[in-house]
Amino acid sequence: MIRRLLDIDKVSIRVQGAKKSTAHSVLVNSVSCHVNAGEVLAIIGANGAGKSTLLNAIAGDIAFTGNITIDGVSDQAKLRARQIAVLPQLSLLNFPYRVSEVVGLARIPHDSGRQRDDEIVQEALTLMDISYLSERLYTELSGGEKQRVQLARVFAQIWQQADAPNGTRLLLLDEPTAALDLGHQKLLMGAIRELASHGVAVVMVLHDINLAARYADKALALLCSERLAFGTIEQVITRQNIKSLFDVDVHIAQHPEHNSPVVIGL
Amino acid sequence: MHSVGQQQVFSNRAIVIGCACALLPISFFLALSFGTVSISFSDTLWSLLNSVIVSEPASGTGLISRTDLIVQQIRLPRALLAAVVGALLGICGATTQGLFRNPLADPSLIGVTAGASAGAALTIFFAGSLTSLSGLPGLGLVSIGAFVGGSIAVILVYSLATNTQGTSVATMLLAGIAITALAGSLTNILEFFGDEQILRRISLWRMGGLDGASYQRVAIAAIFGSIILVILPRFSTALNALLLGESEARHLGLSVQSIKIKLVLLVAAGVGISVALAGTIAFIGLIIPHMIRLLIGPDHRYLLPISALGGAILLLLSDTIARTIVSPIELPVGLVTAILGAPFFISLLRRRHEFGMR
Repeated sequence: MIRRLLDIDKVSIRVQGAKKSTAHSVLVNSVSCHVNAGEVLAIIGANGAGKSTLLNAIAGDIAFTGNITIDGVSDQAKLRARQIAVLPQLSLLNFPYRVSEVVGLARIPHDSGRQRDDEIVQEALTLMDISYLSERLYTELSGGEKQRVQLARVFAQIWQQADAPNGTRLLLLDEPTAALDLGHQKLLMGAIRELASHGVAVVMVLHDINLAARYADKALALLCSERLAFGTIEQVITRQNIKSLFDVDVHIAQHPEHNSPVVIGL
Repeated sequence: MHSVGQQQVFSNRAIVIGCACALLPISFFLALSFGTVSISFSDTLWSLLNSVIVSEPASGTGLISRTDLIVQQIRLPRALLAAVVGALLGICGATTQGLFRNPLADPSLIGVTAGASAGAALTIFFAGSLTSLSGLPGLGLVSIGAFVGGSIAVILVYSLATNTQGTSVATMLLAGIAITALAGSLTNILEFFGDEQILRRISLWRMGGLDGASYQRVAIAAIFGSIILVILPRFSTALNALLLGESEARHLGLSVQSIKIKLVLLVAAGVGISVALAGTIAFIGLIIPHMIRLLIGPDHRYLLPISALGGAILLLLSDTIARTIVSPIELPVGLVTAILGAPFFISLLRRRHEFGMR
């Protein structure tokens, strides 16, 4: 039983305040794609292609034309926050919260009680391998540690299927691996797959094509605000598409253990 | 799975809350006891008890003793006003810093204080010739002037900085600087054209002072102050989430735009009332929340009430010093808070890395 959780239909986004639609005022031009519950979609493309802008539109932060439909989404802000969690590209937090307090903020929209919230926070910290940082001040952490704290926070926000109205859970991640080392990239991707296996739909902007190829079910390639390709990994990650996206010649090999393609720069 | 560190935080909070609760009555009592005429602690306590138990006069003659007069009619209203105004400044400072996600932000930065004192100065200038400003109608008029001036400043800053996208914090702070300059020069122009008496009143207002304390002012402060002191802590969770960033707070299910408007208006009301009743008193709204945050962390559920307590304590002690240090002359309390506050604040700034602040 496939449930189409997120449906993006001909979505266009313009620069705010731009009157005429010139080539530069269109950030995203009539892009369509969809994600089923339990699937991971990777958005790939060059810098400035509109990946983060599209993610922000899905998160409801910016105005767009076209339709973005999230199946079973609540129209109440508090309930919607139990369904959709968003990891922004840049964290602005510069107050000396303890790490456990930052992750605990994720439980604001929930009514699950202090004790259960504390348990979920500890589980999310363990999942992101930062339980040893629990009582440290957020402002003292390194970039990668901060990133893992923010990831633990968004995970804790949609931790339980039972908390989410209609069982709708959508996770939006903007470059979640940007500050992470190889080991923690693998840890994060494992956590994302684990969430997906429990019916969460995940949309993430990724720069690492091989991570996308290895862990995502589908990919959306954006080229200059427009959709270049959308489909399974094999359909999207091809020599021609990589050449068009990044102007780089590559060889596509096969992963020695998995079936996924591996992009090798030439 | 509570680690040692977490227990440390809880015990820190308990100690700070305990100290604040103990220091408030102590500083209140000191404010009653010390002054140009020093009154012994036992006499102060006795007079205070007398004022509570009014049914049985201490002496059969029905005359009020000198001690009772000083404690009950002069120092008690002044101490009550100082406590409420200090609490308002403390909690409004903490709220502003949370709202702007800047531990060094202050109501005076968004132009509220300057706007309120410009409103007060305008009222003194134009209404001074109509009524005698010492009476209740005059006082009420000046209070309303300060309140309106503060509100206009906030609304102006807010409309400059807000569009459909939300409020830009940077633009709001810059607009606040512009409004502060504008309101300041307006007050200066009034001082330039005012006669000597008006000049003195305006400049006393701007330096800050609690010497106009009366039970009427205390009543106004108690009614409006307690409303603000009760409502603001309800926004603790929202402020906690706002520290993450505005869109992050929205993703946590908060209606950020409406919360921000409410907070801005509450801060304007709190600062407006304190300026109207006690003049411009600097540093309390900046130092107290900063200090409390360094001690117990930025969680607004604790930060807001303890900042209110701390503000009340600091203003009571500052005012006691202002009244006694060059007695019988009284210094404006704003000078004392600045002199006390600035070195303390600088030492905190030097140690900020120990507390994880940059």
